[in-house]
Amino acid sequence: MKIIVLMKEVPDTYGERKLDPETGIADRAASDAVLDEINERALEFALAHADRNPDTEVVVLTMAPDSATASLRKGLAMGAHSAVHIADPAIVGADYGVTAEVLSAAITRLGFDLVIAGNQSTDGASGILPAMIAETLDLPQLTNLTEISLDDSIVRGTRATDEGVMTVSAALPAVISVTEALAEARFPSFKGILAAKKKPYEMISLSDLNITIDDLSVPRSILIAVAEKPPRQAGVKVDDQGDAGQLIAEFLISNLLA
Amino acid sequence: MTDFASDSILVLVTVTNDGQLATSAAGLLAAATSVGTPIALVVATPEQAVGAAAEAARLGATTVIVVEDARVSSVLSVPIVDALCLAWDLMNPDAVLIANSIEGRDVAGRVAARRRSSLAADAVGVSRDDEGVLVHHSVYGGSYDILSATSTGSIVVTVRMGAITAHAEPQPLVIERLRHAPSNKSAATIESFTPAPAQSSRPELRGAATVVSGGRGLGSLANFALVEQLADSLGAAIGASRAAVDAGYVQQSCQVGQTGVSVSPQLYIALGISGAIQHRAGMQTAKTIVAINKDADAPIFDIADFGVVGDVFTVVPQLIEALEAKKKQ
Repeated sequence: MKIIVLMKEVPDTYGERKLDPETGIADRAASDAVLDEINERALEFALAHADRNPDTEVVVLTMAPDSATASLRKGLAMGAHSAVHIADPAIVGADYGVTAEVLSAAITRLGFDLVIAGNQSTDGASGILPAMIAETLDLPQLTNLTEISLDDSIVRGTRATDEGVMTVSAALPAVISVTEALAEARFPSFKGILAAKKKPYEMISLSDLNITIDDLSVPRSILIAVAEKPPRQAGVKVDDQGDAGQLIAEFLISNLLA
Repeated sequence: MTDFASDSILVLVTVTNDGQLATSAAGLLAAATSVGTPIALVVATPEQAVGAAAEAARLGATTVIVVEDARVSSVLSVPIVDALCLAWDLMNPDAVLIANSIEGRDVAGRVAARRRSSLAADAVGVSRDDEGVLVHHSVYGGSYDILSATSTGSIVVTVRMGAITAHAEPQPLVIERLRHAPSNKSAATIESFTPAPAQSSRPELRGAATVVSGGRGLGSLANFALVEQLADSLGAAIGASRAAVDAGYVQQSCQVGQTGVSVSPQLYIALGISGAIQHRAGMQTAKTIVAINKDADAPIFDIADFGVVGDVFTVVPQLIEALEAKKKQ
């Protein structure tokens, strides 16, 4: 079985995150970049499957600037067999449509039985790409899974929705997305880090995928304006002298909040 | 066949398992009304369609397109996507509004991919200028406001649940029935569905005016009852930090933050929550923030309008007592 795990490098949520005030595109220099944690859980599921089924091949795939190499290599160090990195100046600031088109083309080129994504990134958080890729490639999508069972022909999972819990299934090939309910990722071992340096790491561009994205008749998302909000200011802070509960009640009542 | 207005906004209203409209419907129809002519789409089993359509009209839809399709309970997303594309072709809408729910995202992604249209995710509002529909976003935990649009054509928009609290005027029920036309696109099978246990009388976290949240500082599942008591005293929804969820004090659906629910209530009370950036990203747009934490250096105090350095187990009971005393006056 061949599993492709979609990876995204995101600004570390432990630090301050910035947007370029001119373009509205993430300012990658303003914060530390890390592999999104949900992608690590997705990869963990693939690797655990590979541990039990040695004929499993796990490929990590990203679409990101050249600088994302270190994050993708972490996936190799954890145990993925190879990495594919789509980097092209033309896709800086790509919208969902371009992203889905480019990833779908790369997925097709690689060949696969299962594509695994995180349910939502910590930066964009749209949660929309698994379904877009599924539609583009005419595949079933099983999103937001909290439990997964996978065999050679079928993927089945428990899906948490806004209204309840459903069991869903589909014949492979399929696209799935996973939630934080899945197991935490393994740490790369020292051996894994050394081995990662010898694993295949392929950089590809849009021309390798036979994609051009400059057709102006195709609708694209455009940014109209971006505004940074002033940071929130701290207000009153008191040490409890035995009357703090009373003070909060007075604060709430005087502000018509209780 | 009805002629549709040139400023039609197509709204997918979600019919829940028991035939009701999801609570997101009101905000979506209010948003659509503010920028054009709101046309609702109901995709449901034949038994549920008419009731759901009547509810959509009551929430402001000037026309309700009904597609009866028994597959909605057994086939994931694709029957709804097929119906949306059918409705889309009838009116060529300026925008398609869909709730940013787990189901809504999948439908929106598929529709945008199938129609090769622009997609704007997690909108907190829509407006209109001479060029067309504008979409308002609040990103990076409310640190930035962004305005987006499409270069050409219709735009598919997922709207953050709870972000739009307005209601549109009720409209007379006008139903337009369409025969479903399956695309036969590959889809997952829904094998079974278990509805979430009936919600308590507390308000839903998304869109609640007041939220009381508890963190690791509560210390145990039993102690988390303190959060519930204060919430009930204030008529508030219950939230939690990721640490409290991971510790098993409360179910995951209560998680507020980067990887949980984003809330913008009038009042947010943080009990025993340190205020890690991931948590702040989900609540810092609250109008007023009150925090109680025994650690004077907790980052939550940097954004709190009223902070108390103290023990939640002494401060909160006193607060509840004072609030109850006020109610009796």
